[in-house]
Amino acid sequence: MTVTPDVDNKAVLLSLENVTLSFGGVKAISDISFNILEGEIRAIIGPNGAGKTSMLNVINGFYHPQKGTITWRGKRRRRMKPYRAAASGIARTFQNVALFKGMTTLDNIMAGRSLKMKRGLFWQMLHVGPAREEEIANRRHVEEIIDFLEIAHIRKQPVGRLPYGLQKRVELGRAMAMQPELLLLDEPMAGMNLEEKEDMSRFILDLNSEFGTTIALIEHDMGVVMDLADRVVVLDYGQKIADGTPAEVQSSQEVIDAYLGVGH
Amino acid sequence: MTESLGSLPAYLLRNSHEFADRVAMRHKDLGIWREWNWSEVADEVRRFSIGFAALGLKRGDKVAIVGSNRPKLYWAFPAIQSCEAIPVPVYADSVAEEMQFVLEHAGARFAVCQDQEQVDKLLSIQDRLPDLEAIVYDEPRGMREYDPEKVVAITRVQELGDEIIQRDKDVVQRWSDAVGELKIDDMCVILYTSGTTGRPKGVMLSSRNLIQTSINANAFDNLDHTEETIAYLPLAWVGDHVFSYTQSLVAGYSVCCPESLDTVTVNRREIAPTYFFAPPRVFEGLLTSIMVNMEDAGRVKRWMFHHFIKVANKSGERILNKESVNPFSRLHYKLGDWFVYGPLKNRLGMSKVRVAYTAGEAIGPDIFRFYRSLGINLKQLYGQTEASVYITAQPDGQIDADTVGTPSPEVELRIEDNGEVMYRSPGVFMGYYKNDLATADTKTPDGWVHTGDAGFVDDAGHLRIIDRAKDVGKLNDGGMFPPKYIENKLKFFPNIKEVVAFGDGRDYVSVFINIDLTAVANWAERNNIVYASYQELAGHPEVYQQMEEHVRHVNKDLASEARVASAQIKRFLVLHKELDADDGELTRTLKVRRKFVNERYAELIEALYSDKTEQFVSTEVVFEDGKTGRIDATVKLATVELEPVREELKQAS
Repeated sequence: MTVTPDVDNKAVLLSLENVTLSFGGVKAISDISFNILEGEIRAIIGPNGAGKTSMLNVINGFYHPQKGTITWRGKRRRRMKPYRAAASGIARTFQNVALFKGMTTLDNIMAGRSLKMKRGLFWQMLHVGPAREEEIANRRHVEEIIDFLEIAHIRKQPVGRLPYGLQKRVELGRAMAMQPELLLLDEPMAGMNLEEKEDMSRFILDLNSEFGTTIALIEHDMGVVMDLADRVVVLDYGQKIADGTPAEVQSSQEVIDAYLGVGH
Repeated sequence: MTESLGSLPAYLLRNSHEFADRVAMRHKDLGIWREWNWSEVADEVRRFSIGFAALGLKRGDKVAIVGSNRPKLYWAFPAIQSCEAIPVPVYADSVAEEMQFVLEHAGARFAVCQDQEQVDKLLSIQDRLPDLEAIVYDEPRGMREYDPEKVVAITRVQELGDEIIQRDKDVVQRWSDAVGELKIDDMCVILYTSGTTGRPKGVMLSSRNLIQTSINANAFDNLDHTEETIAYLPLAWVGDHVFSYTQSLVAGYSVCCPESLDTVTVNRREIAPTYFFAPPRVFEGLLTSIMVNMEDAGRVKRWMFHHFIKVANKSGERILNKESVNPFSRLHYKLGDWFVYGPLKNRLGMSKVRVAYTAGEAIGPDIFRFYRSLGINLKQLYGQTEASVYITAQPDGQIDADTVGTPSPEVELRIEDNGEVMYRSPGVFMGYYKNDLATADTKTPDGWVHTGDAGFVDDAGHLRIIDRAKDVGKLNDGGMFPPKYIENKLKFFPNIKEVVAFGDGRDYVSVFINIDLTAVANWAERNNIVYASYQELAGHPEVYQQMEEHVRHVNKDLASEARVASAQIKRFLVLHKELDADDGELTRTLKVRRKFVNERYAELIEALYSDKTEQFVSTEVVFEDGKTGRIDATVKLATVELEPVREELKQAS
């Protein structure tokens, strides 16, 4: 353990203990432990191939670690499917935008609500009574997200035609639609220009402070990480090399070596 | 003439009786148009006003209003005015320093803001604003952690009003009485002019200025309580203030607030306003997007579009002006209306427009005619903040693209010996706030106002504006150099967004061109032209080639007109960055600040008057959050061959 995080009386939302994930002989993650506290913005950083995305995939149940335990809300989690993770309150966005390109912004975000829809397909198709009420309530929620992310002008546009920065925003919207307790963002600002990055940072901060959503994000832009994150965990070659506040992490020699390389 | 009431809040109360159930305001929120009728609006305003008074607002206080077109911000005006305090709308996209100037100069005690962005801006400069006591805001998002003593929600202010009304039954009557006692000659708003030169000046307008002007304007175009309009222009601009606030109150018509600035076009289509007001830039932008979309359309559609636009060009305006047109052309036009103009107008949200105005700047004649030929009753008006907008306007059917119409009702007009246009009207402002010197410079003791524009009245009694009096210059060979005239000709091309012309005291005319990113990016995409940035696109050889063709085209036009034949464009460059109000290059109403551009790009201008083919330039830019950075670029300079001028034209000039 490098740094003991300042727990601040916040409840632990998710904790990983001694997690190891390997693909055949390749160890993607070896013996990593860290936790995510309720209401914080947690960054996972590290050089290419450090195992960051694998980490997210473990958290949302897409990969199953060979060793170690994952505890969600104080309960030890068993082997699970991603949709169960989703149902339990974990949502994510992807490094490469993964939207339904032919569908509109509105429909994409509505799709994110499907877990919250109680009525079955039959009732939804009939579009009467409770199914109708449910759709109206869900639509309202989606409109609030559209308002929050300032994407009203592209509400009815197919997302495939939108510029990349906006697609990223729509994807965040879809993840928000689930009202997740934990939101995993895989490089939310990759490929954005400065202004788009500033907008996205603002959305992430507001999302965290307004809705109290806990956020775990992978990001390469150190400036962004330092501004956004409450705590940072640094991975390198599948190992955890630092864990702490942005300032602590930034001054760690190991982190500097990992990013800048060491003379051999 | 109708007897006027004594104040704008008094009109609100009248409307709440006379048009109680009619829609006064709409706002699209969460994807749904919400409506308030006049009696609901009066109620909202009353609670707001009584609550505001409880916060300490009193007679003579100045209240800044910062934000875009939201119902609650529009309600802030009468709420403040009924406390005998004075609203001071501020351009919402101003950077903090600009805002500081206005708030400090006005001595604002309170500010009404739309959202966190504006509140943050004000909080960042609050040390320099000792008069500012509290900020009231509309949208609660992100506002949880602010000091509730200094930063209060409008809904909270209204609750406060409610509590007082609950406790004290008489307060409502007292409030209505106070509104009835407001004096018509008292100042009721300060509008800061964006100022193409120097610091903004605070134009003080009285209730009488605004009410009388609104009564006249409504009568001129037969506007009544059945009109629908959409409010999307800056609150601080006199055009929006008169059009969306005072004229609406006086006539009782409804005002619709779009969802956001990005959705105006879609929202306008949903509302289909009957009365519409926009600066030329909006019409230019719409035309560009039409042209771009048509390029993308299928062959048949494209052919139909171009065919029927030609038809419209030929007979559209004459039909609109109710002139005699032969039956065949009429039929052909009707067909065009069916296939092209109707759907197009619907797309633009202009299918129900009875009267549309363009003002603020000269509009390119070709752009103007384009809209008219579609059957949209677009007219020009000439106005100023100092006149409560209206100086001249074109009466229906008497439209000429080159004039700005006849004097508006009760406006007297005269032309000085040096060509400057002067006017006197009931709308003439009280003076500049805390600036008697400037007032004395602009307004004569007997109420005439200098416009600063050069113009003349033609034989039909219509005013023609040549240019800003001080902008018209002379070339070294003695030829006239009217910058605006040249710029407008170039701006008609959809891929050109802005132009700045130089030539005063020079041997020839040269121009800076700003490409229109929407149009050029679309063209690049269709032609597989790869670019990484605005800068790279602007400097692309093919873009230069297109611009050169445009310049040649304009030169041909200029060569055929005696007065301006020597003002042909010899050299040009495509700027590496967009001219931007944040950098001070444009005013907040998006007019070019010539003097500033001259100084900032002096190197580039000098290079245009040398043999150089490129010039390095390093420019400081301001980002949206107020941070600064630099853009470095090597800008290419191009030379164009001039068109020959016919001998008889030379003689004539």
